Amino acid sequence: MLLSSVAEHVYWMARYVERAENTARIILVNNNLLLDMPRSIELGWEPLVAITGNAELFREHYDEASERNVIRFLVSDVRNSNCIINSLAQARENLRTTRAILPRAVWETLNDLYAYASDNKTSGMSRRGRYAFMRRIIDYSQLLAGKLSSTMSHDQTYDFLRMGRNMERADMTTRVIDVRGSNLLPSITEELRPFDDIQWKSVLDSLAGYQMYRRHVHVRVRGREVLRFLLQDTRFPRAVHYCLAEVESCLRCLDSSESPLRALGMAQRVLSRVGVDEIVGDGLTDFLNEFQLVHSELNSQITASYFEVGEEQAELQAASA
Amino acid sequence: MTIQWKEYADANTWDELITPKGNARIAARGAVRYLGGLSDADLRERRDAAELAMRVMGITFTVYSEEGGIDRTWPFDIIPRIISAREWQQTDAGLKQRVRALNMFIADVYSERRIVKDGIFPRELFRHSVNFREQCMGMRPAFDVWANICGSDLVRDNDGTLYVLEDNLRVPSGVSYMLENRLVMKRVFPELFENYSILPIDGYPTRLFDMLASLSPRPADYPTIVVLTPGIYNSAYFEHSYLAQQMGVELATGRDLVVLEDDCVYLRTVGGLERVDVIYRRVDDLFLDPEAFRPDSKLGVRGLMRAWRKGNVGIANAPGAGVADDKVVYAFVPDMISYYLGEEAILPNVPTYLCTDKKQRGYVLANLDKLVVKPANESGGYGMMVGPAASKKEHQRFAELIKKDPRNYIAQPTLSLSTTPTLCDGAVEPRHVDLRPFILSGESSHVTRGGLTRVALRKGSLVVNSSQGGGSKDTWIVDTGDM
Repeated sequence: MLLSSVAEHVYWMARYVERAENTARIILVNNNLLLDMPRSIELGWEPLVAITGNAELFREHYDEASERNVIRFLVSDVRNSNCIINSLAQARENLRTTRAILPRAVWETLNDLYAYASDNKTSGMSRRGRYAFMRRIIDYSQLLAGKLSSTMSHDQTYDFLRMGRNMERADMTTRVIDVRGSNLLPSITEELRPFDDIQWKSVLDSLAGYQMYRRHVHVRVRGREVLRFLLQDTRFPRAVHYCLAEVESCLRCLDSSESPLRALGMAQRVLSRVGVDEIVGDGLTDFLNEFQLVHSELNSQITASYFEVGEEQAELQAASA
Repeated sequence: MTIQWKEYADANTWDELITPKGNARIAARGAVRYLGGLSDADLRERRDAAELAMRVMGITFTVYSEEGGIDRTWPFDIIPRIISAREWQQTDAGLKQRVRALNMFIADVYSERRIVKDGIFPRELFRHSVNFREQCMGMRPAFDVWANICGSDLVRDNDGTLYVLEDNLRVPSGVSYMLENRLVMKRVFPELFENYSILPIDGYPTRLFDMLASLSPRPADYPTIVVLTPGIYNSAYFEHSYLAQQMGVELATGRDLVVLEDDCVYLRTVGGLERVDVIYRRVDDLFLDPEAFRPDSKLGVRGLMRAWRKGNVGIANAPGAGVADDKVVYAFVPDMISYYLGEEAILPNVPTYLCTDKKQRGYVLANLDKLVVKPANESGGYGMMVGPAASKKEHQRFAELIKKDPRNYIAQPTLSLSTTPTLCDGAVEPRHVDLRPFILSGESSHVTRGGLTRVALRKGSLVVNSSQGGGSKDTWIVDTGDM
C-alpha cells in the first residue's frame, strides 16, 4: 500500500534532486563555454536564468545579469525557490517525511549533500571553487540515484521516484534546447561560424550527452542531429523520448492511470509528430511551447490521479459538516 | 584511572548498582566488576562508539528552533541500569494491577460513575478536569479498555522503595529509545552481556501490533493499522516513524485520512481509498477531529469521532482516556485499586496533598519550602515548583496560584531519587534516574521488561526530561537465578 502523500513526497524529492543536479551542470558547462569563446562575443550568463524559467523573478531583484548575480541567483538566493540550495532543502524536507520508507542510506546521503551545499555555497560561487562545488552536487545526486536503484525494491514507491526524475529531465532538456538552441539555429553569422560546433557541444554537455552523441550519431556535432538526438533518441536517458517512455512504463504498472496515460500520449504525439527539419528555425520555439503545455498537463494529471485521492470527498464532508 | 567504586559510594542516596559500602548489588555484580577493570580510555572509546552508532542509526529527537525542527542525537549513557528479575516481578504485577484499575475508573467515568455514587471519588473534581471529554460519554471501547498504552514513571526513594510518580495515559513516548538503546549496547558493549541473562525486550513492536490488531472492528480480516502522527515537527516524530516501520504499518498524518458518509475511515493511497481498522494515534484528543473538538485543528481527521463512536474504527488510546492522566486523579489510584479490584496496591503512590481539601491545602501552604508543587495537567516537568530549590518569591507566587485555583495543584514531598553510575566528562559519577515502563492493555496485558531509564545528566539535577538536559540508559532486568 502506498499513501498518496508518500507518493507525492517521493515524486517531488526526485524532481528537486534532479533540478539541483541539472542546475549545477548548466553552470559548469557555461563556465567552460565562456572560457572557449572569443572575448568579442558576449554570451554571458543570462541564458542560464532563462533556462531555469525564472527570468522575471531575476529582473525583479537584480539590475544586470552579471556572472556574480546569476551564479548567486542560481546557487543560493533564497528568493529563488529553484536555486540549488532551495532545491536540495526541499528534496530533504520531502525525504524527511518518508524516511521510514526509503532506505536509511539514502537519507544519509541527501543529508550530507545538503550539509555540504549549505556549508560551501560561498566557495561554490567563487570562480575558483565553482568546479569542485558543482561537481560534488552532480556526483552526490548520482550517488543518490545509485543507492536508490540498488538498495530499494523497485516497487510502486520507486516508480514515483522514476516518474519524478524523468518528468524533471524531460522538462530540463526542452528548456536547454529552447534557450541554447533557438538563438543558435537561425542565422549564424560568419563571425560565429567557427564556434558553432562548440556551442552545440555545450548544449550536449549541459545534458551530459556529448559522449553518447558521438558514439551513436556518427556525424560531427551539428544542430539538426543534436536536436534529433536530444528529442527523439530512444536510448539516451536525458532524451525527451526516453524520459517519456520511462514515465509510461511507470504508469502502466499503476492503477487508475487512464488520464495520466492520456496526457502522456498527447506529449508523445507532439514529440513524434515534429519533423526536425521543419523546426529548425522559427518552428522550434512553437514546438517547445506546445511541449511545455502538454508536459505540465501530464504533471497535473499525475497529481490529480495519485496525490489528490479522496480530496474531493474530504472537501464534500467538510462542506456538509 | 579506572573506576574506584569505594570512592563512588554515597551513603545519603540510594544507588541502583552500588551499596553505600561500595559493593555491587547482586544483580549488578558482573557489570560492576567488568567496568571496574576498564581504563578511562576504554570507557571513552565505548562512549564514542555509542555516540557514533546513535548518529548512524539516526536515533534523534526534534528540538524546535527558528529554522524549524532540528534533529538532535539522543544523549545516551553506556552504563546500564540494572534491576533484578525478582524485584521486577513485583513491579510488573503492580503495574498491571494499577492500569487495570485505571481502565476501570475511566470506563466508570464515562458510564455510571459508581465510584462517585459510592462516595470514593468527589464529583466536583470532574468539573474542572481538563482531560475529561463529554463526547465520550456512553462509549464502550473494545474490552472496556481505554488506555491501551500506558507509560508510568517510577522513582526510587532513599530507602529503596519504588514509587509510581505518574501515569501517562494520553500519548506516552519513549519506547523507541528503550528499544534502540538495547541495540546500541549490543553493538558497543557485547562483552558486558556475557555471563548475564538479561530479559529480552525486542518483542514490543509485535506485542503492540497484536494489541492494536485486537481492536479491529473487522476481526476476520488482516487489519489495516496506521500510526497517526502530528507530523515531522513533533518532537516524537522519530518514534512514530520508528514504530510504524517496526510494526510494518502505515505512518499517516491527518491529511492522509478521510471519513466518508458511511462513517468509516479511509486512507488515501495511490490505488484509491483504503478502509482503516485501527488507529494508533499520537495526536492529542483536542486535535483529533475538528468536528468534535478544536475546529481549527489541522492535525486531525474530520468525522473521526463519529466513526469511532459507531464502532467502525478502533482508536488507541481511546479519546478521553486522559481523564485519568491528572495528578489529582493520581492521588486516588490506591483507593481505586481497593474499590474496583478489592486489592491492596502493590506499588505505592508518592504521598500527595490535594489543594482542594482544606486541611491538606493548609499543610501545603505552610510547607512550600519542603514540597514539590505540580500543576494537575502538565507533563514534561513544566510549570512545577521544587520547594527546597525555589526562592521566597517563587513560594509566594505559588501560594497565590494555589489559592486561586486549588483544583489545579497538588503537592508532594521532595523525593531524593536514586542514582546510578554514569559516565560524565570521562569519570563515573552518580546521576539521578527515573524509569518509564510501558504497559499494553487489550484482551490481556503486557509490561515491558524494564523500560526507559532517563537520567539527569547535570550533577545534582533531578530533571530527567530530554528537553531539559536529560539522557537515557539501557535498562536490564537480570535473572540472577534466585527466584
